[in-house]
Amino acid sequence: MSNVLRLTHITKRFGKLVANDSISLTLARGEVLALLGENGAGKSTLMSILFGHYVADEGSIEVFGQPLPPGQPRAALAAGIGMVHQHFTLADNLTVLDNVLLGTEPLWQPFSRRSEARAKLLAVSQQFGLPVSPDARVGSLSVGERQRVEILKALYRGARILILDEPTAVLTPQESEALFDTLAQMVAQGLSIIFISHKLGEVLRVSHRVAVLRQGKLVAEAPAQGTTQGQLAQWMVGHAIEAAERRPAQNVGEPICTLSNVSTAPTGRDRLNDVSLTLRAGEIVAIAGVSGNGQVALADVLCGVRAATTGQVTLRGAPLQARPAWLVSQGVARIPEDRHAVGVVGDLPVWENAVSERLRGPWFAHPWFRAFWVKRRAARQHARHVAETFDVRGGGADAPARSLSGGNMQKLILGRALMPPKDAAGNTAPAPQLIVAHQPTWGLDIGAVMFVQQQLINARDSGAAVLLISDDLDEVLALGDRVAVMHDGRLSEALPAEGWTREAIGLAMAGAAH
Amino acid sequence: MRLEKRNHTSPAAYVLAPVGAVVFTLIVSALLVLWAGAPVGQTYALLLQGAFGSVFALTETLTRATPLILTGLAAAVAFRARLFNIGAEGQLYAGALAAVAVGGMHGGTGLEWSPYVLFPLMMLAAALAGAALLLGPALMKARLGVDEVVTTLLLNFIMLLLVSALLDGPMKDPLSMGWPQSVALQGDLELSKLVPQTRLHTGLLWAVSLAVMLWALLARTVPGFDVRAAGANTRAAAFAGVPITRTVVLVALLSGGLAGLAGAIEVAGRTGYVTLDMSPGYGYSGIVIAMLAGLHPLGVIAAGTFVAGVLVGADSMSRAVGVPTYIADVIVATSLIAVLVAGLLTQYRVRWK
Repeated sequence: MSNVLRLTHITKRFGKLVANDSISLTLARGEVLALLGENGAGKSTLMSILFGHYVADEGSIEVFGQPLPPGQPRAALAAGIGMVHQHFTLADNLTVLDNVLLGTEPLWQPFSRRSEARAKLLAVSQQFGLPVSPDARVGSLSVGERQRVEILKALYRGARILILDEPTAVLTPQESEALFDTLAQMVAQGLSIIFISHKLGEVLRVSHRVAVLRQGKLVAEAPAQGTTQGQLAQWMVGHAIEAAERRPAQNVGEPICTLSNVSTAPTGRDRLNDVSLTLRAGEIVAIAGVSGNGQVALADVLCGVRAATTGQVTLRGAPLQARPAWLVSQGVARIPEDRHAVGVVGDLPVWENAVSERLRGPWFAHPWFRAFWVKRRAARQHARHVAETFDVRGGGADAPARSLSGGNMQKLILGRALMPPKDAAGNTAPAPQLIVAHQPTWGLDIGAVMFVQQQLINARDSGAAVLLISDDLDEVLALGDRVAVMHDGRLSEALPAEGWTREAIGLAMAGAAH
Repeated sequence: MRLEKRNHTSPAAYVLAPVGAVVFTLIVSALLVLWAGAPVGQTYALLLQGAFGSVFALTETLTRATPLILTGLAAAVAFRARLFNIGAEGQLYAGALAAVAVGGMHGGTGLEWSPYVLFPLMMLAAALAGAALLLGPALMKARLGVDEVVTTLLLNFIMLLLVSALLDGPMKDPLSMGWPQSVALQGDLELSKLVPQTRLHTGLLWAVSLAVMLWALLARTVPGFDVRAAGANTRAAAFAGVPITRTVVLVALLSGGLAGLAGAIEVAGRTGYVTLDMSPGYGYSGIVIAMLAGLHPLGVIAAGTFVAGVLVGADSMSRAVGVPTYIADVIVATSLIAVLVAGLLTQYRVRWK
């Protein structure tokens, strides 16, 4: 096999941190190479260097035998490298053809050569089995179709090497299957693919060869055939991994929170439409679904940042007030989806973020402030306690929260939500009774994922009602005692996890009645 | 050339950044001084001497610094909360008018209140007048998403026209021989002198203690946390339970109030009455000072004194050598740009290929 791409001893340093440490890789014609690694292992840096966003400190890149000039995205495009980002870079208000054409035509060309372009687009789409209608507006397409447009965009520009960054993160299981078929077809026609993912099962299914990065180094390279998932996980983290053990709920108790016929005002596709759900003590209810189908609205309502327009939400019998401070005082632990934008205030120190939810209430009986003055010593002590209990590592209590890694930030948010404070008299407040966790393990490395999942299971076992909203079907099936599926603002009945098959969930995610 | 985010900033960089900014400013200004045909060393020496070189120079600098510190604080607290109050100039005039309305308008009405009652009332009225002027734009921003930069900026011009109308109308001083100036403040309401035979008045103590109080409020209290959190990340703050609208109102009251006090203290400490030119842009300079201070209330004291020193020093320097006083504006503006760029460079590094 002839090599289409050769990276030789690529090294990239950021200050003291070595993001890529002398990485050498080759990619053959017609090959799918999976690039594996935890967050911060150096995958994105390596791809950014390949694509010309960063300049390597050492090392060189050869594409089709020609050296690639560093730091020039245009050169990378011209050499036939195409990238499909996890978050699409499409203009919703333009048609498919416009999106594909965008940036390919010279500025001084008076008229767009649309009919030629349309013919070329249709030819490419036929050649690789990626059907699209060129005149459809991108805003009206499903996520799977949008991804198809992204891939076509790269192929239209003559990409012979395609980099796919977490391509299945936003797809239903059925859409993922369709993508894998497409990849097989492209490879058969001589394209080469770098496939970035952290889902080990699909990596082994799709790729010919696997390269694993850990802490900036290439730690393993192996043919996919004959490699096991356990082996891959061990390479990624450096030691053997034990999955969180699935234990069924033991003592399912009283309903803690009920939603009856709840709807919210529509903001795009994300809204609730006549949703009913009961969350009981000692049970995890997991919500599956492709993101953007109402999960944000559901989490917002239960976190007190959005009010329902119709229907009733009750918390232990009383109507739920759409105020975060009230919810926290009532024992609701909230873990938001976007830890950087909503979970913490990045500019403020770790200790302030650790107590930020509990700075309200009657001042005379409050552990952390008296008549407006923050009791800094007590608050810092609690923050240290949270950091120790939840193993938050990083710059210490006074470092800005943004300096924490994703996993440590999430542990801080978990600790803030789950650890009740001690009041002035030394009595500990009761533990949370309802936990609302929205994508709590998104983007975390395996160790942190296990930690977060274990915390949710522990909270359930000690009697809390847990609502887990997740894109990750594996997580939903691993943790959920009951599972419901969200599609277009509607929620299916929450059935015991044993009553679902992956196929049935996939169909429900895509909107099929069941 | 490209900027790459630094993974780690060394503590030395935080110290070297402002030093580098000052050096850069001095070099750029030196080039302009050379262009004007004056000796650089002597010009800087005269400037320094004119600002801090004698008791008289020092008191003049501190007199000028007093309103600058107050408007600097007004900008700092608002910018911390991402409420971009460009209207401190108008709020300053509102405060000055309110001060004279309470403290000078009842000659002959038989209302003989003790200065111990009248003085706090005068200050309160000034703060409320400044705050009221900012409250509208702040609420329109919080509720309707109206850009506060536009509304506060435009209110400055409305306020100046209002001042002009009042100085030629109901508040006109009958003894001013036609000059547009307001009636004078009652004599017993004027601030006493801090150093005899100079213009320096106790308003400086007001400004410095307000800076310390503002620092304590922001750094040590729950409402202060609310202001910082809402400014740094409104969504995260709201998620954690910070009452956003209430916090915006608080910031408007603080920022507008401080600017209003700047006007009242100028009237009570220096001018004694309101004129149309009593502020040479103190409200706008406050923004520069707040940025120079990194929006830190205690830093505002230093930044305000620096800017006042440059302005006063340039006045006296230009009389001795042939460099126009505009060099002061150049120095202040260059230092602001240099500080901002230096701050950027602590977070990013430049790569030349």
